Amino acid sequence: MIYEGKKKIWSEYQKEIPDDHYFYVRSCIRQNFFPASEKMFLEIVRNRLGRDFHETEHHTTCGGIAYHSDAIPQETVMTIIARQFALMTEAGYENYVASCITSFGLYTETIESWKHFPDLEAKIREHLWKTCRKEFKVPKYLAHASDIIYKYRNLIASKARYKLINVKTGKPLRVVEHIGCHYAKMFPSKGVGGAEYPYVLAGMIESWGGEIIDYPERRHCCGFGFRQYLIKANRGYSMSNTHKKFESMEPFKPDMIITNCPGCPYFLDRWQYVISELEGKTYGENGYGIPVFTYEEVAGLVLGYDPWDLGLQMHQVAVEPLLDKMGIQYDPSMKYKGNEGRDLGMPEMPHFLKCC
Amino acid sequence: MGKLFDRLMQDYRFKEGLKACINCGTCTAICPAAEFYKYDPRSITDMMQSKDDEIIENLLKSETIWYCGECMSCMTRCPRKNAPGLIIMALRSLSMETGFFMESEKGRQQYAINKEMFSNILNYGYCVYPRTFTMKDHPEYGTVGEWVTENLDEIHKRVGSNLDGKGPGILRKIPQEDLDQLKAIFEETGAFRRMETMTALSLRKAEELGLSEEEYIEKIFSENEGDHFNK
Repeated sequence: MIYEGKKKIWSEYQKEIPDDHYFYVRSCIRQNFFPASEKMFLEIVRNRLGRDFHETEHHTTCGGIAYHSDAIPQETVMTIIARQFALMTEAGYENYVASCITSFGLYTETIESWKHFPDLEAKIREHLWKTCRKEFKVPKYLAHASDIIYKYRNLIASKARYKLINVKTGKPLRVVEHIGCHYAKMFPSKGVGGAEYPYVLAGMIESWGGEIIDYPERRHCCGFGFRQYLIKANRGYSMSNTHKKFESMEPFKPDMIITNCPGCPYFLDRWQYVISELEGKTYGENGYGIPVFTYEEVAGLVLGYDPWDLGLQMHQVAVEPLLDKMGIQYDPSMKYKGNEGRDLGMPEMPHFLKCC
Repeated sequence: MGKLFDRLMQDYRFKEGLKACINCGTCTAICPAAEFYKYDPRSITDMMQSKDDEIIENLLKSETIWYCGECMSCMTRCPRKNAPGLIIMALRSLSMETGFFMESEKGRQQYAINKEMFSNILNYGYCVYPRTFTMKDHPEYGTVGEWVTENLDEIHKRVGSNLDGKGPGILRKIPQEDLDQLKAIFEETGAFRRMETMTALSLRKAEELGLSEEEYIEKIFSENEGDHFNK
C-alpha cells in the first residue's frame, strides 16, 4: 500500500519523452558562448543514434531574454513563439525541442496561458496571420534538449569511451549539477523529476559513472536575473548569487559542475574569474577553478570527442584538471589553435585563477 | 484609462500571479533578490491585495519593482499558488506604459535594455549577437572572452559555427524575410508603441541632464547613485 502510494507520487515527477522526430530550435546564449554544444547535440542524436532532428534557418530568437528583461510585451513574445510553432507545423513535425531553458520555460508558460485563456490564443493567432500569413498547431510534445540526452543517457553510456571516474583513485567524480530556474520552477510537472527532485542531469551523471553532490544551495539561482546582468550597474546581484553557490559547494570539493541552461555555465564560469580577480579566491584545487560544463560537452567527453572540437577552449576556467582525472587524451598545444591549426595567439593569464 | 488596479487585471500574468496571499513570507525567504536588494515580494503581493491605487502608483514609481530577477523561484514555493514574479512583470509593463518608470533610477535603466534588445532582435534575429557583445560592456567575459572576440570568425569556424553564413546552423545569418516578419510582429503587438513612449521620455531626461543620448545610455547602464542594497 505504502509502496503503491510512493509509486503514484513518483509518477508525477516522470516525463514521457518521445523517442524520435523533433523540430529543433537553437538558443541565443548557447550559440554565442557554447556553440560547439549545439553541434555536439545534433552529432549525437543524428549521427551516433540515428534519430530525426529537423532544423530550419528561418527560426529566430524566441525573444525570451527580451521578454524576461521586460523589453517586449507579452503579446509580442507570444506571436514570435507562435511563428516558431508555425515553422514546425509547416515542416510536418509535432515534437518540438528547444536548446534553451528560458525558451523552454516560456513555451511552457505560453501553452499553459493559452489553455487558461483561449481568447489570448485566438488573439495571437490573429496577430500571426496578420503579420506573417501563418497558422500553427501547438506542439504535441515540448522538450528541452537535455530531456533528450537524459532519455538516451544509457545508450550514450553503452558507447562511452571514458567514464566520470577518477582514473587515479578509481572513485566516481564528484559532480555538482545545476538545473536552471526556468526548467521546472514555474511548471514542475514539465521537467524530469519536477522542481523538488530534478533528475534530468543527475540521471546522466549516475549513468556515466559520477556521483552527485548534494549541498545547501543546490537549487539557488545562478544569478543571471536578466536585467540584473544585462545592465552593468546591476551585475553585483548576478555575481553575489554565484558567489553564494560557490561558497556553499566549496566544502564538498566538487570535481566539476554540469549545467542544464545555456546561461548558467557562462555565469558560473565567468564569475569564478571575476571573484578571483576581486578577492584572489579560487574554488578548485591548486589555484584552479571548478570546471563548468554544458551537458552536451559532458556527453561529448564521455563519448571520446576531442575537447577542443567541443569548444572547451572557450571556457575561462581551465578544463584540464577534469580531463586529466578522467584520463582523456588530448593535445595541449592545439587548445588555442584556429581552423586547420592556425596560430591565434593565446589569452592573457588571469592574475589569480590558474589556467592552462 | 481606468484605475491602475483594473489595468493590472487586464494583464494575464497578473491574473495568474495573484490568488490569495496568506503573508507567510516563503517567497521572500527563497528570493535571490530579497537577499541582495531592499526587496520583499511578500509585501508586494500583499499590497496588490489592497487594490489601492495610491499604493500601486507609488510602487510603479519606485525602485522596488525593478529588483526582481524573474527567476520565478517564488512560484514553486508559494503554498497558495501566487507568483510574485508574474505580478512584478505586470507592474513593470504598467510602469513603462504610464511613464512612471522614469521616477526611479532602476526604472530608467530600462531604456538601455530595450535599445540593445530591439537592435539585436530586429537587425540579427538573436537576443544576443557576438558582434555587438563587446569587452567594454562585458569585462567579465574575461581574458578568454577577449581572445574569442579578437578571433571571432576563426574560432567560430574552428568549433563548427555558421557565423553569418547561409542556411541553417549556429549563428547563421537569419534571412531578411524572417527579420521583416519580426518587425511586423513588433508593430502589430505594441512593442514599437511602448518603445516610442520610452524613447521620448528618456531623451527628454537626457536633455534635462545636458547629456547626449549616448552619454545618457552610458550613465544609466553603468552608474548606481541610490542606495539599493539590503545590508
